[in-house]
Amino acid sequence: MTAPDVALRRLRDQLPLLGALVLVWNLLWGTWSWANLLSGIAVALAVTWLLPLPPVTGGAGFHPAAVFRYLVRFVTDLATSSAEVAWSALRPRGLAAGAIISVPLRTDSDLLLTMITESLCLVPGSIVIDLDREARTIALHLLSVHDLAAVEAQRAEVLATEERVVRAFGSAADIAALDRNPT
Amino acid sequence: MNGVHSVADVIAMACLLLGALLCLTAGLGLLRFPDVLSRMHAGTKPQAVGVLLIMVGSALRLAGSSVVWMLLLVAVFQLITAPVSAHMIGRIAYRRRHVRRDRMLVDELGSGAGRPGGPQGDEPADGDARRGR
Repeated sequence: MTAPDVALRRLRDQLPLLGALVLVWNLLWGTWSWANLLSGIAVALAVTWLLPLPPVTGGAGFHPAAVFRYLVRFVTDLATSSAEVAWSALRPRGLAAGAIISVPLRTDSDLLLTMITESLCLVPGSIVIDLDREARTIALHLLSVHDLAAVEAQRAEVLATEERVVRAFGSAADIAALDRNPT
Repeated sequence: MNGVHSVADVIAMACLLLGALLCLTAGLGLLRFPDVLSRMHAGTKPQAVGVLLIMVGSALRLAGSSVVWMLLLVAVFQLITAPVSAHMIGRIAYRRRHVRRDRMLVDELGSGAGRPGGPQGDEPADGDARRGR
């Protein structure tokens, strides 16, 4: 493989990132114009050249119906979780005991694991405190659990979140991995 | 554009008030929750949603201005970065054992809870070194 080929492939891997940076640049200016577009491309190229990131490998899919389901669930989860935490901060009784659980996931893709982790932080009851990439095991802190049944319910909720994310954004192989190991 | 003129203004007002209230509870949670990990819950969920609501309220009030796109960016980056910072702080707190083990129902990472001679309560990890163990 010659040098231009490598450069071209790197550029292709960086394309989604470049697009996102140009979009952010245009949103910051607030108006759309060719000047903003061109300066945005220049800035995006400079940023990716000066601060290179490892390319996000592993193609992701996009399944509109599942994405819609995921988004609806995400928004309702976000609302209920913040209401829950706000109420536990306000009520005189305070918190019940916390818990730390570790849950083995079935997904093996950097991008999807990132999305799952981000989602889990914003849904009721949990924040992620550790992620073992090789073992695909995620450690979560649960804010307030009364008994072991609540812990198990949270564990099921984590796997359900994983399933929603993978069905929405996963490639065919990721979804197949999900089907091989049903919960 | 002073005063309440339309339905959008009323919705914007409700969003701003509710968002401010949620940010207040996030601050209260930071004060009232007993350990770092619990406090991170307060620092992510009500805080992120509070900022989101304030952005929605401001966007409704400033509709048509180019600032609205910036508000959208603030909201998106808030949602992306709040979990990341909570994760980093939570992870360091756990590794340095700033965790109230007496308040844990289950600890599956099992970093010495209940182990004889192991760290108890919210004792930090370098407590071992200080005592010369």
